[in-house]
Amino acid sequence: MRRAIGLWTGLVVVMLYLPVLCGVLASLGQSRYFRFPVQQWSTAWWERTLSSIEIGILIRTSLAIAACVTVAAVVIGFVGALAFARYDWRGRRLYQKLLLLPIFFPQPVLGLALLLWFNALGAPLSWWTAVVAHLVWIVPVVTLVIAIQVYGFDPALEEAAADMGASRLMVLREVTLPLLWPGIWSGALFAFLLSWGNFPLSLYTTGADSTVPEWLYAKMVAGYTPMVPTLGTLATLAAAGALLLGGGLLALVRRVREAG
Amino acid sequence: MRLGPGPRHAIPVGILLLLGFAAPLVAVTAYSLATPRSFDVFRSLTLANYRTILDPANTVWLSFAWSLLLAAATVVLLAAIAYPIAYGLARLFGRWAGLVGLLFVFPLFISENVRLYGWVLFFIKGGVLDGTLRTLLGIGGPDVLFTPGMILFGMVYVYLPFMLFPLTLGLAMVPRDLIDAARDMGASRLQIWREVELPLAMPGILIGFLLTFVLGAGAVAEAKVLGGQSVIVITHDIEIAFTYAQNWPLGSALAVLLTLLIGTLVLLVLWRLDLDRILGRR
Repeated sequence: MRRAIGLWTGLVVVMLYLPVLCGVLASLGQSRYFRFPVQQWSTAWWERTLSSIEIGILIRTSLAIAACVTVAAVVIGFVGALAFARYDWRGRRLYQKLLLLPIFFPQPVLGLALLLWFNALGAPLSWWTAVVAHLVWIVPVVTLVIAIQVYGFDPALEEAAADMGASRLMVLREVTLPLLWPGIWSGALFAFLLSWGNFPLSLYTTGADSTVPEWLYAKMVAGYTPMVPTLGTLATLAAAGALLLGGGLLALVRRVREAG
Repeated sequence: MRLGPGPRHAIPVGILLLLGFAAPLVAVTAYSLATPRSFDVFRSLTLANYRTILDPANTVWLSFAWSLLLAAATVVLLAAIAYPIAYGLARLFGRWAGLVGLLFVFPLFISENVRLYGWVLFFIKGGVLDGTLRTLLGIGGPDVLFTPGMILFGMVYVYLPFMLFPLTLGLAMVPRDLIDAARDMGASRLQIWREVELPLAMPGILIGFLLTFVLGAGAVAEAKVLGGQSVIVITHDIEIAFTYAQNWPLGSALAVLLTLLIGTLVLLVLWRLDLDRILGRR
């Protein structure tokens, strides 16, 4: 049974990454249209993609949105996670459930609803409105990620520090943040990567600006070029790089702390 | 009046949800009551859009039916596919569980169109499957793209993590001692599963089912990228009303109906759950 489950898991993982591999193959052929087996390998489409000004702008827009979303989501999510798991208060159960509602909601519909709302407010659509749209979905996720860390946190430590005369800011800086930072760091990684890969919310809320997933979708529907799988692979590699870097840093600091 | 620390910390999230989630839903509801094909929101009140949808001559109910059917099928298939993996993550993989879990999280960070388009490259004529079969066996690949079955395949593929992780959380809630005790007292494997594991893991199972059903009911990328135009799902109809048809009130009315359906289901299930226990308060 153990072996069967291991085998099944392996098979599903292979299926999970098979389409990503297909994208890599399609980006490395020379011809305009994808044929397999690839006749002539080439990095021409990679060179074109990397030197394209249009794609540079897309990447910058996506990065700007993801960076703003990360900062805002971590701050709101950190405070929200304390309300979720640290303090016991009367409305907590209700709050916990309300927080989950945006996660349990189809994103394309949420994107359209936000479009109507921005329109009713008269707010001009740009990548800034997309930041707000991403936050509605990403803040609950980040709050949950940090809350899981908060559950393992002993509130008595904060109280002890306060009893010994630490100010509220000192307690936060010397006790709460150092103990919770792995959760905060994971929350930041989630925020950045989920925003980077998001399509349904961006589609309706970026206005004239365009993100990487939006451009990819537009080209998939009409006007396929091998730059589509190339940029798709590039975005995937960037996400993997960010994850490895973030995860590696987390593991490193943990190890240093345990040693010290 | 002074707020306690709990409610005070809930304020930022509360403001975000109020302005970014509740208010847009109110805006959609207001638009759904406006004159068809107009932008006179808040100035006209009419049920004409709902009447159009409920008119027996209108075939939009078919889109609803497709979406719900595909979502239900996704849930059933994912339960069967993800359960053994969740069991492995919660019990068997030990120190490898973190790494295996990461492999299942990572695809969430790749835009779903990119992953779905990878399947198009796999299944298309002249693509990876077709080319491989042609080279090895001299026969072409099956013609499966742009069919309802393919949409289902894409949904199962995209929503796997949303089933897997709640199931894993649920199974992690089952104390190992309890299973050992049941075994010592002579319970069979099936009995342990049915009488111990399943009831104790139920909160996680429910969340997984609910989440995949709700996301599946609102899914649209799968139908557009992998399904061609073989099936129009409800979210696609809503999008069409907002874009090509320029009939925001009608699209809003459809969105309100979908939201009501999903919202009722979510509230019914979510209200029974104890999130502290699921997320691991000790």
